[in-house]
Amino acid sequence: MMETVAEPGGQCRLRPFSCEQGLLSRPDGSAAFLQGDTSVLAGLYGPAEAKLSKELPDRAALEVLLRPKVGLPGVLERSREQQLRQTCEAVVLGVLHPRTAITLVLQVLSDAGSLLSCCLNAACMGLLDAGLPLSSLFCGVTCALGPDGTIALDPTARQEQEARAVLTFAIDSRERKVLMATTKGSCSVEEMQQCLVTAQRAADTIFQFYRDSLRRRYSKS
Amino acid sequence: MAAAFRTVEPLEYYRRFLKENCRPDGRELGEFRATTVNIGSITTADGSALVKLGNTTVICGVKAELAAPAADSTNKGYIVPNVELPSLCSERFRSGPPGEEAQAASQFIADVIENSQMIVKEDLCIANGKLAWVLYCDIICLDYDGNLLDASVFALLAALKNVQLPSVIINEETGLSEVNLKQKSPLTIRKHPVATSFAIFDDALLIVDPTAEEEDLATGTVTIVTDEEGRLCSVHKPGGSPLTGAKLQDCITRAITRHKEVKKLIDKVIKSIMSK
Repeated sequence: MMETVAEPGGQCRLRPFSCEQGLLSRPDGSAAFLQGDTSVLAGLYGPAEAKLSKELPDRAALEVLLRPKVGLPGVLERSREQQLRQTCEAVVLGVLHPRTAITLVLQVLSDAGSLLSCCLNAACMGLLDAGLPLSSLFCGVTCALGPDGTIALDPTARQEQEARAVLTFAIDSRERKVLMATTKGSCSVEEMQQCLVTAQRAADTIFQFYRDSLRRRYSKS
Repeated sequence: MAAAFRTVEPLEYYRRFLKENCRPDGRELGEFRATTVNIGSITTADGSALVKLGNTTVICGVKAELAAPAADSTNKGYIVPNVELPSLCSERFRSGPPGEEAQAASQFIADVIENSQMIVKEDLCIANGKLAWVLYCDIICLDYDGNLLDASVFALLAALKNVQLPSVIINEETGLSEVNLKQKSPLTIRKHPVATSFAIFDDALLIVDPTAEEEDLATGTVTIVTDEEGRLCSVHKPGGSPLTGAKLQDCITRAITRHKEVKKLIDKVIKSIMSK
């Protein structure tokens, strides 16, 4: 069990985030990611034997299950699951484990804004903890466009409600390209590009945090 | 010979075409399939539209019903979209509860309606706190040949433009609603969102309006929804190959051009109906 806390300051204005890996005993990989007051618990099983109906002949079949904090999963959770699944499929080297199943289960523990990016970060840390082969890492960043045009990173629930538009990006670690993008509300093209640049800069902080937390975990001290 | 190669190595087959900047069906990389729209074909619905994008056929029917507004928003009506992918449209869908693709598409349509503010829910309110319209928008795919999202958004827009709502007055004495079916008025559509989808091939190439075969071979998809002012209503990239900001900008530029073509088509069809 390894817990690390980061307090990013300066221009990034992300809320303090922390991560705990290997906290569950049954899954092959697990991680709990905390962003301010939003926290998500990820559990990863795999590569395991796949059901005949679900197995793919040349690659691993990835499945994501997102459980909301209250109530049964609905249409919104299915949509988020599809986005998370396709993001993970783009980085996991599934061709190394054909005819297997990789299951990622995400449980929302608390939602205080930026939930999707917290899920993305928890998923990536879970994949790292499980030791699955990845072509790159990814992180989730949410930007909220205030009514006056200011960009707020990692918005709280209140900032999201008051915002004109909320954009969530999954940025990859190799070249800071966009793996996943989803928007809520409408914005101009220039504003979207500005948010993207801000998100790419914030991704540097998060990737540094991943690196530090793994280094601390695996260094023999 | 080519048919055998296509079955055995579909990706290589496609790459040969993409190298020459064209696709097996003869289209260029930035070319859409022939788009046709038929409005008002379902007489039992309050508004309907049938859209064909090449082989992809999507029909949207809008039914208006009356309901009491929610307690926390007494001046708002409801718009309930639902996308159905019956087993009729493709062999990949089994009959039963809606699969992930149908649910994700329904959520996407709900987001587009909300983000673009094409219909303001306050316009659907008849009497504050007592009565409001509920618009059930059922989008059913009849033939799945890729690019479901574009066709669905287009069908929804055309069907909503076609909706005629009867006038409703609340009788002061009895407190009941009286519906006058003879007096109908159209909906106020404030914005016209149009979706443009792209498939990403080999992490680099972007092709517009993918067919089902191209979607299966692609490594990712992007859907951009723009309105008539060039504002982005939605950037929907559910995972897949990573893209740079510049490539995303190219997609947006193409989407803005497509918006103009679609808007012209819709206006032409609406005008031809009005003139009858």
